[in-house]
Amino acid sequence: MEIAIRVNGQDEQSAATTLSGLVAERQLATRSLVIELNGRIVSQADWPTTRISAGDVLELLNFVGGG
Amino acid sequence: MADELILGGRTFRSRLFTGTGKFASRSWIPKMLAASGSEMITVALRRVDNSGQAENILDFIPPEVVLLPNTSGARTAEEAVRIARIAREAGCGNFIKIEVITDVKYLMPDNWETLRATEILAKEGFVVLPYILPDLTLARRLEEAGAAAVMPLGAPIGTNRGLQTRELIAMLIENCRVPVVVDAGIGRPSQAAEAMEMGAAAVLVNTAIATAEDPATMGRAFGLAVEAGRLAWTAKLSDQSLSARASSPLTGFLD
Repeated sequence: MEIAIRVNGQDEQSAATTLSGLVAERQLATRSLVIELNGRIVSQADWPTTRISAGDVLELLNFVGGG
Repeated sequence: MADELILGGRTFRSRLFTGTGKFASRSWIPKMLAASGSEMITVALRRVDNSGQAENILDFIPPEVVLLPNTSGARTAEEAVRIARIAREAGCGNFIKIEVITDVKYLMPDNWETLRATEILAKEGFVVLPYILPDLTLARRLEEAGAAAVMPLGAPIGTNRGLQTRELIAMLIENCRVPVVVDAGIGRPSQAAEAMEMGAAAVLVNTAIATAEDPATMGRAFGLAVEAGRLAWTAKLSDQSLSARASSPLTGFLD
């Protein structure tokens, strides 16, 4: 079953039920990856136990080159 | 006696800080770091790009180099604070370069939002390096707020125009207790040397190195220039004079 969530400003569907499921679904490298769920930072240690629901707003953030 | 710079509890032997932006290829970054000896480098924080590269920017930065995330993208103190907290969560330390900009033409920093962000983040234990348009009154307030350094621009970001604000930078160097790091606008090694001769604690150079044809060699040039300028400052430069002062004796001339 898929849920409608908003990820990095885009409306998307996900079959994941937790943040770690979402990361795996998107095949994201986890090094220095930070997730904000509904405006709050969720530590990597809590991803396996943090559930996601329809309507959740997520920001998936990482470092890039910059001055 | 070593002339090291201590900032945020870390000791830096190199007074050249660098940046990871604008490289034609990120593979230049480790070569540039090795050639320049730079021990601190900036990165930015952005949304993960799904279509993008598999390699993380951190893969290009040796682990002993201190990471300095910037708050680029922030238009207000609140946005800068949010970015800083996210950057710290990434687990690479608590240094943060506060960069709050709404001006798209000159990328002038918003000095007032920068002060507000500094006040909040210093209380949260960050090592705060605020990027500012040089202003001594602001610098004093930033010190009081707990900034670890002040980072006045020499010229607008990416312009390579050198120390256009030199008079104001000189005021900061003479009157600030915290290190003064000239950041932005340095376009040539000689300009980096000039900043160091003036007594700056360090310089931050991104564009001039990253957009050179050979960024590794340019990094080396900047490293040498920063060292030269710093040595000159510690050796105490002699003064200038309008009229000549002869270098050879004025007596005992041959007939």
